[in-house]
Amino acid sequence: MAYKNFALVCAGTGCHSTDGQEIYDNLIASAEKHGVSGDVQVVKTGCFGFCEQGPIVKVLPEESFYVKVKATDAEEIIAEHIVKGRAVDRLLYKEPGSKTAGKIEDMGFYQKQLRIVLRNCGLINPENIEEYIAREGYQALGKVLTEMTPEDVINELKTSALRGRGGAGFPTWMKWNFTKQVDGVDKKFVVCNADEGDPGAYMDRSTLEGDPHSVIEAMAIAARTIGADQGYIYIRAEYPLAIERLEIAMKQAREFGLLGDGILGTDFNFDIEIRLGAGAFVCGEETALLASIEGERGIPRPRPPFPAVKGLWGRPTLINNVETLANIPMIILKGGEWFASIGTKDSKGTKVFALTGKINNSGLIEVPMGTTLREIIYDIGGGIPNGKKFKAVQSGGPSGGMLTAEHLDTPIDYAGLQALGSMMGSGGLIVMDEDDCIVDVVRFYLEFAVDESCGKCSPCRIGGRKLLNIVERMTAGTATEKDIQNIEDISDAMKKASLCGLGQTTPNPTLSLLRYFKDEMLAHVKDSTCPAGKCKDLVKYTIDAEKCIGCTLCARRCPVGCISGGKRELHVIDQDACIKCGECFTACKFDAVLKG
Amino acid sequence: MGKMTLADLKAMRDDKKKEIDRRETDKAVTVIIGMGTCGIAAGAKATFDAMIAELNNCDVVDVVVKQTGCMGFCAVEPTVQVIANGMPATIYNRVSAEIGVRIVKEHIVGGKLVSEYVYDNPSKDILAD
Repeated sequence: MAYKNFALVCAGTGCHSTDGQEIYDNLIASAEKHGVSGDVQVVKTGCFGFCEQGPIVKVLPEESFYVKVKATDAEEIIAEHIVKGRAVDRLLYKEPGSKTAGKIEDMGFYQKQLRIVLRNCGLINPENIEEYIAREGYQALGKVLTEMTPEDVINELKTSALRGRGGAGFPTWMKWNFTKQVDGVDKKFVVCNADEGDPGAYMDRSTLEGDPHSVIEAMAIAARTIGADQGYIYIRAEYPLAIERLEIAMKQAREFGLLGDGILGTDFNFDIEIRLGAGAFVCGEETALLASIEGERGIPRPRPPFPAVKGLWGRPTLINNVETLANIPMIILKGGEWFASIGTKDSKGTKVFALTGKINNSGLIEVPMGTTLREIIYDIGGGIPNGKKFKAVQSGGPSGGMLTAEHLDTPIDYAGLQALGSMMGSGGLIVMDEDDCIVDVVRFYLEFAVDESCGKCSPCRIGGRKLLNIVERMTAGTATEKDIQNIEDISDAMKKASLCGLGQTTPNPTLSLLRYFKDEMLAHVKDSTCPAGKCKDLVKYTIDAEKCIGCTLCARRCPVGCISGGKRELHVIDQDACIKCGECFTACKFDAVLKG
Repeated sequence: MGKMTLADLKAMRDDKKKEIDRRETDKAVTVIIGMGTCGIAAGAKATFDAMIAELNNCDVVDVVVKQTGCMGFCAVEPTVQVIANGMPATIYNRVSAEIGVRIVKEHIVGGKLVSEYVYDNPSKDILAD
């Protein structure tokens, strides 16, 4: 027997409410009482990402969306909705300011996400070009080839105000226009930068894995516009699945006459080759990337000349990031004005973020520019696990900075983030909670930047190392106040004198520490303590003789066996052997293990 | 398929669109498994194999099973979407091989959602309007 209705009860871990189970039980009991158990199936679901309005019950197929449901409301939902077929109006979600409940799909609050770049990810089979074509694939290329001049394309991009999504945010139309305007050369190139290297960022990988044709189509549009016939996709070898799917996609596109000679029956020729990077972070910098494609060591060179004038093998070269490119077909199809209607004054369209760290719904999201951090972390991300307090979020990876609780309501766009000493970066958002030590996090990013510095210019090579030495001294409790003064001087020199973006942005996390977490930093410097208890040299675990009842739990949990004491005896930690893992602290049920 | 002209491309789009919108498919059920790196790392390949085996086992032939990229729910991979006639389109999360088998038995064959594993769509389709 088939069910007529399905009642979905949100029972996700993100929802702070504990009523989910009770609502579920009550719905089942009421359905039985009314004899409709065979008509409605009550189902528990994961987080809908709507936690502020929770608990939520959604009834299908009507798509009625009930919010702030109490356990006592279950009876009414069954009696009214399921038995009589009338929605329970007072529980339906209503858009703020509106009196009527709309369809779920149209609810602004519910649909925080807007997917332009990720429009096909998770929907089509990336290994089947026909599915991409079914979703308007290659129609934008067709339009560009038959209805638009290169100038039209550039004007459309100008109207759209699309800015580069790789980090720096340079207006895309200008880049295209510069490359297009160079005359009297025998060849031009289009390059896709898929060298995604920020720790915790995987937007480009997911786009290429889920929708490779969107990037191929955009590269062909770019080639047509600037007058190139050869493209390169520079992608790191650590992305085997993305590479495999790109290769399949390129092969299919060639078979269909969408790459190669005489594309779509016109006189336009264009083909793409893949170049594999060996995973050096600096190769995401455009001049280092070009050097690597040419088979040279991946190190940057001074600009100008910019790649738009002198790029690959000295020819004009257009370099765009994966996410920037994936926007292009939609801008051509739906128009620049449509794109510019999304987002904020200086940042149009959407941004894809990889949401990771201390967050319940870690994952890949795409939101309109101007969405606040609060909406991203709490409405989409489902908040911080285990009821911990939000501390900070690192945006822009090792090149970016920290945003704190006071910035939760700041709309995210290029200018906004820059004003806060952070940056859009490529889109990694790493969430930290109260247990994370910011000094320790900064040490991690500096270590990464120092490892990845190519060594060509001294501000980056020496400055990064000097900064790392200082922060390492902080985590060891041996830093001095002079060190703090030095941070500013070194950072200033690095920002001004480094050759490329890597060195120029390496000080950002450290400067964020100075700006927003001065107290925490001073605790490390002046008092040699780590308030979060993360810096191993500064933390010491001891057992409170008053509270220890001798349950032996900590001694059994200790991985190095450095806690002594028998049953019902006071336990003692051997400080020399202790590795400060904190297992005893977490294990003790009597708060007898002290951290400090 | 040989090299296409723009007219061919448009014809193929219109033709395939019907299929993808399931307006004109001969299959009663579509199963879409998220197989980006996140899905595969979480075991989507085992889920894929188990579901195919169970479909054979249950003698269900009216089904098309396909892969797709990351839907964005990396924390709860593998994800599986089931679109079956007479049932709401459903996204499941944390679908191990075992849950995949249950989805075939309970959802596709039995017409019942598999409780505890239902998820929701991240956003509406920009191409739909």
